Amino acid sequence: MQMHEWLKNNDPLAHAEAHIAGYPFGFMDEGAKKEIRRSILKAVAIPGYQVPYGSREMPIARGWGTGGLQITLSLIKPDDILKVIDQGCDGSVNAVNIKKFVMAVTQVAITTDTRAATLIQTRHRIPEERMTDQQILVLQVPYPEALREVEPSEMETRRMHAEADYSRMWLYLYEDIVHYGEITISYRYPVTVNGRYITDPSPIPRWDVPKLHMADTLFLFGAGREKRIYAIPPHTSVEPLEFEDHQFRIEDFSGKACARCGATDTFLDEVIDNVGGGRSYFCSDTGYCDKRSRTWNR
Amino acid sequence: MGYVAVKGGNEAIEKACQLFAYERIKGCSPVLGVDQIREQLYLTVDRVMGEGALYAPELAALALKQSAGDTLEASFMVRAFRATQQRLGYSLPTGAEKMRVVRRISSAFKDIPGGQILGATSDYTLRLLDFDLLKDDEARRKAFRERIFSSLPADAEIPAAFPKVIAILRREGLLEDSSPHPENEVFDITRRSLTFPAPRSARLQALARGETGGMLTLAYSSMRGYGNIHPTLGELRIGYLPLTMPHPISGEPYVVGEVKVTEAEVLARFQGDDGMPRFSLGYGLCFGQNEIKAIAMAILDRCTRTEKPSCPAEDQEFVLYHIDGIEAMGFCNHWKLPHYVDFLSDLDRLRKAQDLARAGKVQEDTDADA
Repeated sequence: MQMHEWLKNNDPLAHAEAHIAGYPFGFMDEGAKKEIRRSILKAVAIPGYQVPYGSREMPIARGWGTGGLQITLSLIKPDDILKVIDQGCDGSVNAVNIKKFVMAVTQVAITTDTRAATLIQTRHRIPEERMTDQQILVLQVPYPEALREVEPSEMETRRMHAEADYSRMWLYLYEDIVHYGEITISYRYPVTVNGRYITDPSPIPRWDVPKLHMADTLFLFGAGREKRIYAIPPHTSVEPLEFEDHQFRIEDFSGKACARCGATDTFLDEVIDNVGGGRSYFCSDTGYCDKRSRTWNR
Repeated sequence: MGYVAVKGGNEAIEKACQLFAYERIKGCSPVLGVDQIREQLYLTVDRVMGEGALYAPELAALALKQSAGDTLEASFMVRAFRATQQRLGYSLPTGAEKMRVVRRISSAFKDIPGGQILGATSDYTLRLLDFDLLKDDEARRKAFRERIFSSLPADAEIPAAFPKVIAILRREGLLEDSSPHPENEVFDITRRSLTFPAPRSARLQALARGETGGMLTLAYSSMRGYGNIHPTLGELRIGYLPLTMPHPISGEPYVVGEVKVTEAEVLARFQGDDGMPRFSLGYGLCFGQNEIKAIAMAILDRCTRTEKPSCPAEDQEFVLYHIDGIEAMGFCNHWKLPHYVDFLSDLDRLRKAQDLARAGKVQEDTDADA
């Protein structure tokens, strides 16, 4: 039997249909999906390296997660269970919007439970619960280039990466310390992946950066507007840029707890309660908070 | 003598104008009413009012009809009309906390006092062509209206006013003070020409009537990498602001109407002039609903306050001289005017230079032979 015949008979997508009439399963044509999967394979083979690819137009606006969406749509199968979060929240506008669209073109099952999902697309957070080697996390990326801070030109940053010429990035961190007494980069903290490429981990808080290091899960990063895909494969070293005497620190939530589930070990959202400026704190990862609240009430 | 015909010819010019007017009406579709443009293409109307710097929905719709939908031409007509109107005075400053809000979001905090009010927006729609709209009719509209109105709660209350997110941050000392250099008098850019460094009131006026696309381009260059301000949208609100005028005799404030505006407040990378690091603020405000312009304006307002500009979007002169769509389009179009004389002068110089080059070459060749 020829390869293409086998594929035709065993293609899980052969009989799958999109909910919206006239659109194929997963919105993009199969050729486009294959092209994106090839870029993903290259990205996995060279951890932290930004692979340029032919970014397609999605029916949501550029900058709203089209890169992540193209990765999700090129990987998704009818039996996948999808979770989509925006800033940790399943119900936030961007997540709802993307979920609505992916459901319309694939009809896959949706969950808010990190453990139950096979595929998770996220904007600016990594779930609190440790993910497994059976799951993939797709991160939406606004700025794939970690060196953009010190160099606006793409031609120049590609040269810097090729030659591992990262002196200006280190100098930037050093000058930051001279000015402010510490490194002021808050989110989007640059990391070195696999001891080679300085990589932008997407605008996740510093809290989430350690989760990328030696993980069990495949992390895929998609930047649709900037037309780049990159990856952090499982069991890969991910080190935040730091100096011996000025070490990387995660956000400080000491003395604070989630007002809903009581968690003291999660990334907390600060919410302004009233005009007087009173504050409360809630888990940013709403799926995890829901799960904890349910256990707690039982 | 074909060349002479190009030089002018009143009749040819007249006919070109007529042909332009005819192009718009030559089809067999029903007449396009100005009311249809105002109601159904309201975002374009808002854009024209903003760039034309005149709050007049009816006139902006008329201009759009007359210009066959060209927003630059339409804004131009509106601004030209503005020049015919008498200046009656300046309205009194109004804080946007008095706004009758129809949409209001913050991306800095998940929840804010008064709540996130999404309002009418295309942000969360799928950009899929809706082929049903090809056969849009009154019955379809009626069914849609009935469907959305039937599900409305009867007793929904709207707060009269919403507190400002940035006011809360400012009270806590996280944001720079409101005006380090207060201006008692507005620098009216329609009466005086810009000088640099331009006062903030002049910069904000120039930005408020700037062209959306041009401002977007410059703001995008800054947020993408040619700049360094790292904006967060503190608050974006759309609604109706009361227009308050002082009474011409008593000087007492009177509300004479309201204008629909979009306001954006951008929190940017902190700076510490007095040694205390604080967020800095970029401010954007424009007529109607034009969120892209308001956000771009807020970013450019903040960018142009950078003391040592390191890129085009931070350079006041670069930004303020180039964002006016009406000036830019006029100048771009002027290249279609005859430039025969200038070009002839150019040709003369070029021919002379070529002659010299040839002579030099001959000289060189002679030298080489010798």
